[in-house]
Amino acid sequence: MKLKQSAWWALALVVFALFPVVVTNPFYTTIGIFTVMYMSCATSWNMFSGYSGYVSLGTAIFFGCGAYTMALASIDWHVPGGAVQFWLVPLGGVVAMAIAVPLGAVALRVRRHTFVVITIAFFFVFQLAAINANFTGGPAGLSLALIPWQGNAYNTPFYYVALLILVFAVVLSALVRRSRFGLQLLAIRDDEDRALGLGVKVKAVKLTGYTMSSFTVGMAGALYAMFLGQIYPQFVFDPVFDVTVALMAFLGGFGTLLGPLVGGLILESSQQYLTATYSNGSLYLILFGALFLIVVLFMPQGIVVKVKEIWMKRSLKDADGVDGATPVAMAGSVKP
Amino acid sequence: MTTLLEAHDVSRSFGGLQALAGCSLLVERGSITGLIGPNGSGKTTLFNVITGYIKADTGRVSFEGKDITNARPNAVFALGIGRTFQMTRIFARISVVENMLVATQREESWLRGLTRSKSSKSELDNAMEWLDFVGLARLAHLPAGALSYGQRKLLELAYVLVADPDVILLDEPAGGVNLTLINEIGEKIRSLNAAGKTFLIVEHNMEFVMNLCDTVTVMHQGCNLVTGRPDEVRSNPLVLDAYLGGGDDEDVAEEMSNG
Repeated sequence: MKLKQSAWWALALVVFALFPVVVTNPFYTTIGIFTVMYMSCATSWNMFSGYSGYVSLGTAIFFGCGAYTMALASIDWHVPGGAVQFWLVPLGGVVAMAIAVPLGAVALRVRRHTFVVITIAFFFVFQLAAINANFTGGPAGLSLALIPWQGNAYNTPFYYVALLILVFAVVLSALVRRSRFGLQLLAIRDDEDRALGLGVKVKAVKLTGYTMSSFTVGMAGALYAMFLGQIYPQFVFDPVFDVTVALMAFLGGFGTLLGPLVGGLILESSQQYLTATYSNGSLYLILFGALFLIVVLFMPQGIVVKVKEIWMKRSLKDADGVDGATPVAMAGSVKP
Repeated sequence: MTTLLEAHDVSRSFGGLQALAGCSLLVERGSITGLIGPNGSGKTTLFNVITGYIKADTGRVSFEGKDITNARPNAVFALGIGRTFQMTRIFARISVVENMLVATQREESWLRGLTRSKSSKSELDNAMEWLDFVGLARLAHLPAGALSYGQRKLLELAYVLVADPDVILLDEPAGGVNLTLINEIGEKIRSLNAAGKTFLIVEHNMEFVMNLCDTVTVMHQGCNLVTGRPDEVRSNPLVLDAYLGGGDDEDVAEEMSNG
């Protein structure tokens, strides 16, 4: 079972790695870059919010800060447009983490709905600051040095760096899930006060998780800025980003390792495709609406959990010919 | 016998309600101490003050002679005071054995949790041993949310025990549990006590308390009313008054000054 599972992961990685080799049309590889980027953000968001139950809707703060770090550092340090800029991607993550520490220290003092509202409030503070400050270029945004690559030669490096970030996010999330630290996050999700009474240092654990999850998002933001070459405050600090990342995790399976990957893959690729094909920026919203209706009605725990449940039931039936609705099938459904 | 845990003159009010009004309590090392009293007499509030969930307005709590007044719950637990809750609280969406592992690291630094796996071999073995002790070993890999109410009580007892605390505070261990299981829980407590664990038990089931405890303290309106052996307490007129509501405050005060 264990070996089989890692074989599936390896296969998925190979498919993703071969994607730009097989598909050479820049139209599709661009969709691929955005999809992989969002998958890493959703995975990273889920690593804190999914495990701990602290639903944050301020993820775009870290995305925006990563993007501005890339833009400002490139411009101020006169970094020539090209591969050398990729070295600034981790810097975007580090800056995001540095910002996450004070934000988390304040926001994580409250729980549930209050926490959600506070993260949204923080987000708008950052968006307003980016629009109005001088060093961010205001509403006109910032332009980065032109990268002299053409067509697919432009997209391919970005795709592989995005994939690298995704692999990093998934490995980190898996390691956290297996660590004592991850167990503590799950305990906080189920009953924070009880966890505190069993010796879990909840404040430190929450802040560490929150900060760790901001790193990948900051890197994704930096890569985004470099890829587009031009950033505007309302697009890098985008409330839709906050919501989208959370919805991806909910769609795929909140708190599971695979869920945000599946959710991100489905949502982002279809959104990019629909927007680009029908040149109608809001068509995807209709599809999203329908999709979420279906998920909420028929699989409220997310696609991954539902599929696993069905698969478990079936394999149980095959195994001994009894009805699958046993506690064992239930147990499988709760584990990621 | 020496004093292990002491609450001295503890007061706490919620708005206009004086939940604790100068309550004192002694728990001797190696004893099973009962804490009884009518509903609303402040038993659970006293538990919450001792374990750091609620801050005391005045008064002092000490453990092994050390002042632990208003320490945080994780610090209190790390010192060796474990507790269960009246409304059983378990981690419903992780497995039974994972519930046990949450409590394993009593004194571990939080940074250590980042770099180590969920459990070592010995921790896992220890967790399984305690699960076996309460009879839940075969359910170890089920999500804890699938357990019945009685099983949850047992799990809560087990995961407090896994961290090897010196004193265990049980808030209504027999509440809402069937008779067989009540006797079973009583047996577990007795055998743990024989192995050196100290217990402080809040309970409404008088038979359970009177059979189990060495010392019983009766609380009434936020104060400790009477402390003594179970048979002494049972026949004390003050206690009967408190439970049956025979006299009002003045009568009780009068009787206390007389006798």
